[in-house]
Amino acid sequence: MLNAQGRPTGTGETNRAVSRATISGHSGLDHEEPLLFEVGRRGVTGVDFTDVTLDNNRLGGMQRKAAIGLAGLTEPEAMRHYVRLSRKNASIDANLYPLGSCTMKHNPRLNEKMARLSGFSDIHPLQPIKTVKGAFDVIEELAIWLKTLTGMPAVAMSPKAGAHGELCGLLAIRAAIEASGETRTRILVPTSAHGTNPATASACGFSVEDIAGTRDGRVDVAAFKDKLGPDVAGVMITNPNTCGLFERNLLEIADAVHAVGGYLYCDGANFNAIVGRVRPGDLGVDAMHINLHKTFSTPHGGGGPGAGPVVFSERLAKFAPLPLLIHDANGFRIIEDMEQARLAGFTPFGRMCAFHGQMGMFVRALTYMLSHGGDGLRQVAEDAVLSANYILASLNDIMSAPFTGPCMHEALFDDSFLKNTGLTTLDIAKALIDEGFHPMTVYFPLVVHGAMLIEPTETESKETLDRFVAVMRALASDAKEGRKERFEAAPQFAPRRRLDETAAARKPVLRWYPDEQADVAKLEPAE
Amino acid sequence: MRYLPLTGEDRSAMLGKTGAPFIDALFDDVPTLARNAAFDLPPHAGELEVERHMARLARLNVAAGDKPFFCGAGAYRHHVPASVDHLIQRSEFLTSYTPYQPEIAQGTLQVLFEFQTQVAMLTGMEVANASLYDGSTASAEAVLMACRVTKRDRIVLSSTLHPHYAETIRTIAEPGGLTIATGAAQPGVSEDLASLIDDTTACVVIQTPDVFGTIHDLKPLADAAHKKGALLIAVFTEAVALGLIEPPGAMGADIVAGEGQSIGNGLNFGGPYVGLFATREKFLRQMPGRLAGQTVDADGRRGFVLTLSTREQHIRREKATSNICTNSGLCALAFSIHMSLLGETGLSRVARLCHLRACELADRLALISGVELVTPVFFNEFTLKLPKAAEVVVDGLVERGVLGGVPAARLYPHEPRFDNLLIVAATETNTDEDADAYAAMLKEVLGC
Repeated sequence: MLNAQGRPTGTGETNRAVSRATISGHSGLDHEEPLLFEVGRRGVTGVDFTDVTLDNNRLGGMQRKAAIGLAGLTEPEAMRHYVRLSRKNASIDANLYPLGSCTMKHNPRLNEKMARLSGFSDIHPLQPIKTVKGAFDVIEELAIWLKTLTGMPAVAMSPKAGAHGELCGLLAIRAAIEASGETRTRILVPTSAHGTNPATASACGFSVEDIAGTRDGRVDVAAFKDKLGPDVAGVMITNPNTCGLFERNLLEIADAVHAVGGYLYCDGANFNAIVGRVRPGDLGVDAMHINLHKTFSTPHGGGGPGAGPVVFSERLAKFAPLPLLIHDANGFRIIEDMEQARLAGFTPFGRMCAFHGQMGMFVRALTYMLSHGGDGLRQVAEDAVLSANYILASLNDIMSAPFTGPCMHEALFDDSFLKNTGLTTLDIAKALIDEGFHPMTVYFPLVVHGAMLIEPTETESKETLDRFVAVMRALASDAKEGRKERFEAAPQFAPRRRLDETAAARKPVLRWYPDEQADVAKLEPAE
Repeated sequence: MRYLPLTGEDRSAMLGKTGAPFIDALFDDVPTLARNAAFDLPPHAGELEVERHMARLARLNVAAGDKPFFCGAGAYRHHVPASVDHLIQRSEFLTSYTPYQPEIAQGTLQVLFEFQTQVAMLTGMEVANASLYDGSTASAEAVLMACRVTKRDRIVLSSTLHPHYAETIRTIAEPGGLTIATGAAQPGVSEDLASLIDDTTACVVIQTPDVFGTIHDLKPLADAAHKKGALLIAVFTEAVALGLIEPPGAMGADIVAGEGQSIGNGLNFGGPYVGLFATREKFLRQMPGRLAGQTVDADGRRGFVLTLSTREQHIRREKATSNICTNSGLCALAFSIHMSLLGETGLSRVARLCHLRACELADRLALISGVELVTPVFFNEFTLKLPKAAEVVVDGLVERGVLGGVPAARLYPHEPRFDNLLIVAATETNTDEDADAYAAMLKEVLGC
C-alpha cells in the first residue's frame, strides 16, 4: 500500500522500476544482510571452549531456567555478517565527513596501535598501584598537556564524554556554591548551545534560562547582563560557538558573571579551532570539558566511546571529583575516597564513574599530542580554521551565510538560498549522499533556519575541499533552477533510500523477536 | 607533519580566496591578550619516536596476561576472539559517528538493533538501549529513570553494590534532591533491604552477583518493592554470569543496568567500557540513551533509524530524560560481535568454565590454614577472609609474580572490619598452573 506521498507503508512493497531488481537481492558490491538472528543459529558457536559439566555448583539454586535465545555464528559467518554491515556505513576513512560540531578528522592509526599495547589494554583498574606506574604516567602526562594547552591549573580526567564532562563541571560549580553557603539556582545558556548544556544544568538541579543571540551570531551581552543577579550560579558558553564563531566578548562575559559571584563554564566541543593558539584560562573560564574524540582525534566509533576531561580554574580545583592522582616524592598515590581526599585538603563533589576514566582514549590522545607537538597542534587549529573559511568563501555567493565571516573551524549556512525552490536543507543533505559525501550537520544550531554546518577539519586536502565545493555549487544551482527530481529521489545510490522515521517512532520496533516467541520461552537452556 | 595534507602553496591559495591578508587575521575575534599564547610543549615527533616513548610507559605496567591473574571487582579478564578486534577496526565502524544520516549508517544501526536484542535477551527484559558509558553511569541513569517513572525521590541502595557505583549514584542523586537509604555491608549474607522500602521509595538498587561475589535471589525483594509501588533495579558487573544464572528479568526486575566489558572488551585500566541498560516496554519513553528502531525505506525495504529522540537532549534540551549524546558505540559493537561468536552455546560453556575454575580455586585456597571462604554462593568471584591484611598479602603475592585479587579495603577504606577480606575472581583464562602458583605463593606469603 502506498501512502499519500506515494511511498510504501510496509516491507516488501516497492515502487522502484523492476529493471533495478536483482535475483539475489544484492546490488553488486552492496550486499543485503539479514539480521544476526536470521543468519545465526542457537546451537552454533564460533568459539571452541571445553564443554564442562558442573557436577556440583555454588549457585545456590539460582541457575538459569529458560533459554536465552541467542544466535551463534562461526568465525567465517561472523566476518561476512559484520564486513557486509560495515560496508553500509559512511566513514572518514572513505571520504570527507563534514559533520559540523562533531569534528570528523583523520584518526591516526599509531594511536590505535599504542592503545593495544598489552601494558595499556591488559591492565586492571584495581591492580596494585606499583604494577601500573606507566598508566599513571600516561594520565599525568596527558593532564600536563591539557593544563598547558588550556592555561588552567587543574583537570579531572574521569568524565567519559563531552556531556559527562559538562556534568562534572556543573557539579563542581554546585559544590563550590554550597561550600560558600550561598544559594544560586540559575544557569544561563545561549539559545545556540548544544542540547546537552541545558539538559546537564537541569540534571544538576539548576533552572535553565536562555540568553538571546545577536544578529552577528554571538551572545547578546546586554541581554546576558540583564539576567545576571546574585542567584546566578553560572553561564555556559560554547567557544568557539555552535555558529562557528569566536565569542569576541568572552572576557566581558567572564568579568560580568564573576562580578556577581557566578562561574563561567565553557563547552570545549570546539576547542580544535583554537588549540595551540589560545588558552581558555586567559579568557576567564572556570571550567571546560575537552572532547578527546574531537580535538585529539580518538575515533568516534559509530557513536563513542569518547572522553571528556574537565579543566578547572583555581576557584574550582579543589572540588574536582574522585579519583585524585597524587604524585610526590614517594611516587604515585591514588585517592579513591572522600575522607582521604579531605585529609589531603581536597573536597571532591563525588565520583563521575567507576575507576579512572577512559584510559584507552587517554593513550590515543597522548599519542596524538606527542605526534603533533606544540607546533603541530597550532597548525591543526590554523588549517582547520583556514579550511572552513575557504569553504565559506567558496560557497558564500551561491548559498546563504547568516553571519559575516571570518568563521572559526566550521562554516554555517542557512536555507534562505532555497527560498521558493520547494526544497529543504534535508534535500540538499540527501543529494550530497548520492554524490559520495557524508552531509554536513543539518538543522543545528537551532538559531539559524534550516542550518547547514560544515566542518571540514585540517586533515582534508585542498583537492578534496575543491571537489566538495564543486558539488555544493552544482547542487545549489540545480536547486535554484528548479531541477527538483534529483533531490526528491535522493538518496538513490545509498544502501537505503529515505527511511520512514515517523513510522519508526509511532510504533517502535526496538528488537527482534522470534516468530514463535512462546517456543523459545519453553526451550531448555543450551546443552 | 604527516597528518596535515595542506601544502604551503595550498595555504596561500586558500588564504587568497578568503580575502584575509594572513592567517592571524582569521583569529581577529580573539581578544588581543589571548591571541598568541606561548606554550611550553615539545615539537612534533615521528611515529618511531612516539612509539618508543609510549612503549616505554607501557612496559612500566604489569600486564594481566603475563602473570597468574585473579582481579575482578567490576572488571574481568576474558578471552576475546581475534576476529572481534579485527572487525571493530574496520574503517567504516571505527571512523564513523552517531548515525544521524541513516541511509549511509545502516551498518551501525543494524548492529545497534542486534545489540539491543542481545542485551534484552540476556537480561530477560523486553527492551534495551544502544548502550551507555559503563555500568556505573548506567546504574545512576537507572535511578534517575526510576524517580521519573514513580515521581518519588527516595532510593534504597544495597550495601554490597560496588562502592564506585554507589558513589556515582550518590553524586548525581543528591543535586537532584534525592535521598538515599542504605545498610551496612556484610559479605556473603543477604541483607534486609525490604524493611528499608516505604511508600516514598522510588527504587531499590541491588547488585547480583554482588561486589563480594554473592548471587542473590531478587524475587522476594522485587515483590516487596512492587508492593510499595517502588521499582527494582538490578545491577551486574559480570555479564558472563548471565549465561549461567537466572536473569534479573525473570525475577521481577524493572530496570537492569550492567557492565558489558567482560564480553568483547579488554580491561583497559577501567575504560572505555560499555553500559548495558534494559527495561520493560511500558517504561520505554522514560528510558535514557539512544535507541535504534526498525522501519522501511522509500522502496519498502527494511531499514533502521535512531528513534524516540523526543526523549533526548538535542530535541528536549532541559526536559530531556538524560544529557547523554555520545555513548559507547564501538564497545557495544565489540560486545555484539563477541556475543554472536559465542552464541548461546558458547556463552553457556564459558560461563560454566568460569564457575568451575572459581569453585576449584575457592576450595583450594580455603584449605590453606587461616583462610576462610566467606561467600558460599557465587559465580566466578568470591571473597576470602585472610589471617592478615589483604593489602599486605596482595603486595606479597605481587612480589612473587601473582596478581591475587582486589583487597576489599581498596573499595571500602572506612571499614576496618574488611581489612582482611580479599575479592578473588577466576575466569576461563586461568589455567591449573595459575591456580597452583596462587596456592603455593599464598601459603608462602601467609607463612604456612
